[in-house]
Amino acid sequence: MRKNISIQHAVKRYGNSTVIHDLSLFVREGEFFTLLGPSGCGKTTLLRMIAGFNSIEGGDFFFNDTRINDMDPAKRNIGMVFQNYAIFPNLTVRKNIEFGLRNRKLPKEEVRAQAEKFMHLMHVDEYADRLPDRLSGGQQQRVALARALAITPDVLLMDEPLSNLDAKLRVEMRSVIKEIQNKVGITTVYVTHDQEEAMAVSDRIAVMNDGVIQHIGTPKNIYQRPANLFVATFIGRTNVLKGRLLAESGRTFIETHDGYRAEIRGVLSGYASDRDIVISVRPEEFRLKVDDGGDGISATIRDSVFLGLNTHYFVTLSTGEEAEIIQESSIDSIIEPGTRIRLTVNTEKVNIFSEDGSANLLAGVVNDNAMEA
Amino acid sequence: MTNRQKEIRSTVMYIILVAVGVVMLFPVFWMFLACFKTNNEIFGSLKLLPSSWSFEAFAKGWQTTGTFTYTRYFSNTFLLVVPTVIFTIVSCSLVAYGFARFEFKSKNVLFMVLITTLMLPNSVIIIPRYALFNKLHWLDSYLTYWVPAIFACYPFFVFMMVQFLRGIPKDLDESAYMDGCTSFRCFVQILVPLLKPAIFSAALFQFLWTWNDFFNTNIYINSNSKFPMSLALRMSIDTTSSIQWNQIMAMGLVSILPLIILFFAGQRYFVEGIATTGMKN
Ligand SMILES: Nc1ncnc2c1ncn2[C@@H]1O[C@H](COP(=O)(O)OP(=O)(O)OP(=O)(O)O)[C@@H](O)[C@H]1O
Ligand SMILES: [Mg+2]
Repeated sequence: MRKNISIQHAVKRYGNSTVIHDLSLFVREGEFFTLLGPSGCGKTTLLRMIAGFNSIEGGDFFFNDTRINDMDPAKRNIGMVFQNYAIFPNLTVRKNIEFGLRNRKLPKEEVRAQAEKFMHLMHVDEYADRLPDRLSGGQQQRVALARALAITPDVLLMDEPLSNLDAKLRVEMRSVIKEIQNKVGITTVYVTHDQEEAMAVSDRIAVMNDGVIQHIGTPKNIYQRPANLFVATFIGRTNVLKGRLLAESGRTFIETHDGYRAEIRGVLSGYASDRDIVISVRPEEFRLKVDDGGDGISATIRDSVFLGLNTHYFVTLSTGEEAEIIQESSIDSIIEPGTRIRLTVNTEKVNIFSEDGSANLLAGVVNDNAMEA
Repeated sequence: MTNRQKEIRSTVMYIILVAVGVVMLFPVFWMFLACFKTNNEIFGSLKLLPSSWSFEAFAKGWQTTGTFTYTRYFSNTFLLVVPTVIFTIVSCSLVAYGFARFEFKSKNVLFMVLITTLMLPNSVIIIPRYALFNKLHWLDSYLTYWVPAIFACYPFFVFMMVQFLRGIPKDLDESAYMDGCTSFRCFVQILVPLLKPAIFSAALFQFLWTWNDFFNTNIYINSNSKFPMSLALRMSIDTTSSIQWNQIMAMGLVSILPLIILFFAGQRYFVEGIATTGMKN
């Protein structure tokens, strides 16, 4: 059966240090939910609390309406895929996949049929009678996933399942995972510190830092309207410029320290007054032209990298700040280092944050922690 | 290094190894040949080869001049050694599992105590042990071996298995739990198969040590009817007025045969158990 997961006011302490202070989170049934955050922010800790391998110092964990805080891990009916796969080296692929089913005392034919089904689904049937040490990393990972799914768990947990694979296989396996999850329709909590991977597989992402959830939303929403500066810098790349917000007769403007000014719409009314701000501009949202004395932030090209479809420019602004710009490559030659340029921004797509970076000042941030979609 | 240099190096190494090997094995070889010699020949002649080949010493030695034959002593030895080995590996692996995988009160202190007992020489504890076994009326029985084995009183093996288990990722246990295993089933179905090399080497060591043990058997076992090989061999030196050395050599040789067979049969595990700490990566 598919289940939703609800976590209310979770607290985790290791000795005297509190890793998670007060975390609430709702994972909808059948959803692919990702915990994303830098190393050490508590993703694994939280996942292991859901799995039942970590003690819970406070708060309540529910699968549907069942409180699982004190439930034995074996009783939670969870499938889990570990970073190092954790398939049993002494058992063949088939025995590995049958392991959980046998423990459930199902009839023999059913065990066999079920294992067969998932081996087929994960394309590992041809290795059925091999021992794991004779499989490649990607194959081992498929076996691990098949084993986790074979017991038809209510919830699937994955802790950085791809981090031991090489880059190419990682990309391949993440679509495999996404596809299987879609097919099986199982509620999934996925942990990663790779934001690209998170964007590729997730229905929703929770961005964490220091044990605190910064933003929960769809990949698109957290990319386009990050809740705060941390999320903006962690998801994708962005340039951070210091500036001011100016309010004049009902209109709002951003102004950089060298005097470039542009109108910006959608500032939350509570913030629409003169104040220092931080402006976050994605590299692809700068418009770049050779300095003709016109409007824009003046800057100098420091370096450029041609990557086929795009060209990356590294520039130094007249304020001393550094920025990265991505332009679609044109037939014209690449702008030479040392060239003076002007930059303007697409204000529909920039984000502005309070001076300390703690809040996005624009409307449109969705922090989606509701029970229903 | 060039190929030629490598060749010279390994040649020299093999010569040294062979020389050392000969020195080590020569006594056994000499013993083997002495089985066929008379007392006079053993002490009177420098010749290595016996003047005639007869298996009489084996037959007579086996019968002994005493009440019991070596059939009795052999079965005694097995009765002493085999349960001791089995109890040791079962108890030590369980205790090691506890130390390696579970958190409990004063675990570290207990582990330290365990390791400390590793440092105690046998001669220090033999007297208190003797006194204790005496009070429990275990003297002159194999309980003096079996009971310590049942209670994992072999810190070396416990330590060895703890180290081995620490090398096995805990994720394996956790995925077993996830699949509905109890901790005991996880141990039996997942960890014991992985622990096999360590278990084999512990079993081999324990077999070897108990089989060869003279000191402890000499102290704990008194009645002739319960003597294992080591005491029986010793007895044949004490008792008779004229010692038949060829018979003693013959029985000595027979007594080490099981060890040699066992060692060669289990050599692979023996080396693996000492050399590896568990998993490949
Ligand atoms: N057993 C433990 N005892 C004490 N502190 C711990 C323990 N496990 C984790 N921590 C601490 O808790 C914090 C969160 O750790 P966690 O493993 O959850 O991080 P993570 O987000 O999974 O990081 P990564 O991406 O590197 O895996 C870290 O600061 C870590 O040092
Ligand atoms: Mg982690």
